[in-house]
Amino acid sequence: MAVGKEIRTKIGSIKNTQKITRAMEMVAASKMRKTQNRMQATRPYSKKMGQIIKHLAHANAEYKHPYLIPREVKRVGVIVVSSDRGLCGGLNSNLFRKTLVQFRQWEKDGIDVDVCTIGTKAAGFFGNLQKVNMVGQVGKLGDTPHLNDIIGIIKIMLDAFEEGRVDELYVISNEFVNTMTQRPNVEKLLPVIADDIEDELKGHWDYIYEPDAKDVLDNLLTRYIESIVYQGLVENNACEQAARMVAMKSASDNAGKLIGELQLVYNKARQAAITQEISEIVAGAAAV
Amino acid sequence: MTVHVDIVSAEQEIYSGLAEMVFAPAELGEVGISPRHAPMITKLKPGEVRVKVSDSESYPFFVSGGILEVQPHLVTILADSAIRAKDIDEAAALEAKSRAEEALSDKTSKIDYATAQAQLLEAVMQLRTLDRLRKRGG
Repeated sequence: MAVGKEIRTKIGSIKNTQKITRAMEMVAASKMRKTQNRMQATRPYSKKMGQIIKHLAHANAEYKHPYLIPREVKRVGVIVVSSDRGLCGGLNSNLFRKTLVQFRQWEKDGIDVDVCTIGTKAAGFFGNLQKVNMVGQVGKLGDTPHLNDIIGIIKIMLDAFEEGRVDELYVISNEFVNTMTQRPNVEKLLPVIADDIEDELKGHWDYIYEPDAKDVLDNLLTRYIESIVYQGLVENNACEQAARMVAMKSASDNAGKLIGELQLVYNKARQAAITQEISEIVAGAAAV
Repeated sequence: MTVHVDIVSAEQEIYSGLAEMVFAPAELGEVGISPRHAPMITKLKPGEVRVKVSDSESYPFFVSGGILEVQPHLVTILADSAIRAKDIDEAAALEAKSRAEEALSDKTSKIDYATAQAQLLEAVMQLRTLDRLRKRGG
């Protein structure tokens, strides 16, 4: 029967789309668990480091590392962490919106911005903005990013800070609240405010330093910044998978709904055609 | 007597448990840490960290540098997850910079955006047509 050929093809194509979104949903769900575990695994390192830095900063009041000294802000550095791939709902666009709001605020205060991006989505977005001065970029890090991959861009920013080209450093990434909720988050990395780091080491003892306190502190601070950015990256990965899972689930549901509606339209059209045919035959028979 | 040992890197937790003694390649020479050692912080060279759990059992780990922190009942090793050297870091920084320049000169993502928009428009028109068809059919 020739009725509703278009509708049938449409139903078929929506079914195919649904198959894809459903598969993507399941893949994202299984990846999400892995990325969440990875997120948990990175926490002890930066927490421990935070404690040691706080202790060192308090115990060695006479030595102030440049990373610990606040100064007048004329230019800030920003590291934006995004996903490499799309189809994850509003995850990246929410993050970029938040970033732009922050940029506008800085612009109003007369502060210039240097941007480094992690992830191809951020590179695509900020690369096209005329006003943004992009100084570094990494992307295509995959599901298991390594610290090595992001050392380069962090070094760009740390060098800029040491040479006085930027006066503050921020990282903007998604915070994993739970599977349904991811929140874009702006975190200040430099200068490190030692008081922010939770205090568990009250007391009047000090470490024995080998070779000396300055050396150890220098070393620790760089690692600390790296570990926070890395944590942001891993957390953003977990967010990506969770957001994709939710987005693909709703896409599959919507496809199901659409198929139902189309099926109804198709059945009605078919029925109408049959009825018409019968009445034509009956009318023809009556005429004879 | 034992001391709690944590070996962590930025990417994962490597070891956590009790030990009788810990050996580590400190920058000024190999150190062995017994329980109740005085608080100490030192940098580590690349080398082997050995956690001695008992006389017969000990676990070796390779670290490519890092920090060793000692408190009387807790030894923490913050291991680097990669070999670090100034020139390697420098090279990575240069690479990231050049990628940024590439992204700025390459505007393909803009084109991607345009195609996506065109496809979206097409889909919307299709849906609208379907809607009309449905009304007529119903």
